[in-house]
Amino acid sequence: MIWDLHVHFSNFKGRTPHEKMANAVKFADRMGIERFMLYLGFPPHPEDPTPEGLTKINNQVLEALQHWHHRAFGFVYLNPNHLEFSLKEFDRCVRDGPMVGVKLWIARKCNTPELDPIVERAASTNAVIFQHTWVKVTGNRPGECSPSEFAELAARHPAIPIICGHTGGDWEHGIRAVRAHKNVSIGIAGSDPTNGFVETAVRELGPERIIYGSDAGGRSFASQLAKVQGANISDEAKKLILGENLKRMLAPILKRKGIEA
Amino acid sequence: MIIDTNVYVSRWPFRRLHGDEIPELIAKLRSHDVSQAWTGSFDGVLHEDVAAVNEQLAESCRTLGQGLLIPFGTVNPTLPDWQEDLRRCQENHKMPGIRLHPSYHGYTLDDQRFFDLLRQAVERKMVVQLALNMEDERTQHPLLRVSEVDTAPILRLLPNLPGLRLVIQNRKRKPSGKLLGRLSYHGEVYFDFAMLEGVGGISKFIEEIPGDRVLFGSYYPLFYFESALLKVKESELSKAQRDAIFNGNARLLLEP
Ligand SMILES: [Zn+2]
Repeated sequence: MIWDLHVHFSNFKGRTPHEKMANAVKFADRMGIERFMLYLGFPPHPEDPTPEGLTKINNQVLEALQHWHHRAFGFVYLNPNHLEFSLKEFDRCVRDGPMVGVKLWIARKCNTPELDPIVERAASTNAVIFQHTWVKVTGNRPGECSPSEFAELAARHPAIPIICGHTGGDWEHGIRAVRAHKNVSIGIAGSDPTNGFVETAVRELGPERIIYGSDAGGRSFASQLAKVQGANISDEAKKLILGENLKRMLAPILKRKGIEA
Repeated sequence: MIIDTNVYVSRWPFRRLHGDEIPELIAKLRSHDVSQAWTGSFDGVLHEDVAAVNEQLAESCRTLGQGLLIPFGTVNPTLPDWQEDLRRCQENHKMPGIRLHPSYHGYTLDDQRFFDLLRQAVERKMVVQLALNMEDERTQHPLLRVSEVDTAPILRLLPNLPGLRLVIQNRKRKPSGKLLGRLSYHGEVYFDFAMLEGVGGISKFIEEIPGDRVLFGSYYPLFYFESALLKVKESELSKAQRDAIFNGNARLLLEP
């Protein structure tokens, strides 16, 4: 069973959310992926979207889920620079809608207090929280947080599970930054398939805290699956990372919504 | 059966890798039905004594390669008497080609010494592999940062180098567009897909360049071997296209 934490519309052919989904599912089928988490709308993705922008983006995901709810789940894209609106948008898409998680990107540094109400609101419905992180030797974007900054957010909410997206890209750095925070899981998507990534994560975090995702269609499913399928770890660990960990994290919200998966 | 055109031995300077000892490398390649691996040395990236690197590479391939590892030595045209390194690669070590690392050796492709090296490789009928990237620029060691190699100058060199067989390795997004098309139609230029990204990447790539110019390259052991393998699975390809990518194109390229 493979569940993919990290998929966007990018690079999938089609004029509508439905057409793009049909193509995404075709590739997912080729690669044995049963379900994937979908977030952000049609590219290009705005780094600091307005409330209207967020609505449009999230509506594209909602439209995609209409026909494909048996293959994909949606995460709502929120912007802490529009906090009041983001909380309402969360209620619309997750509390009262079909989405099951939150995607936070690079609009605002994730260690700032504006993130706290979002994290707490998400936790109140057991929504999965995904925060992008990178640490670039070439320099981060202004609102882009490093895994260490992310760790500050995680430390303020030790009882809330939260996902460190991309493991900082530089995973040797990222794994170390979140290691002590037991509420943190890492997403392994969206970096080169560097040999040793998943073995190191298993050694330092244990297999229960690692979640496979691809960042397709910008990335291939292939290069990202290889990080797990090619890793020198036990088959049980691979199963956890490829799907069971994510399924376990989603179980409370799926149960709350009465979704069987 | 697979001919993997992008394999390295010895040590990546920044990390030990599963597969950086030759017996485990061979076991991995064999388990995926690789019958031939074009093998460079990580030592060629930073060592100045490339003559010693090439000698060690040839020796390792001969004694530990089980007939599977074909050595591709490195030549650094900024070093004095690089011509002798090239000569030894061919005459002493019987290497069918060389692998160049311009970013780490500090020259651009409009450098006269690069042209001279290509010309001598052509005279010797050697294949030239050119590594555009070794690592994501964003995750390099802060004190050892290099940029992607700019391939634009190659286009101007091609008319003066008839007979050149050039393999571009670890291309990410560039060359692209017109330059990519011209490179592949105006010369015998090949590409691997170790760093090619995007869903269904290989099928999209062979809409841009002829299918006989795509070579299987895993960049093992720095990358998980399975990445390249799964990319072939992910793209919708005919059996003939798959066979050509897995081994046919590489075999034809090495035939005299
Ligand atoms: Zn992404």
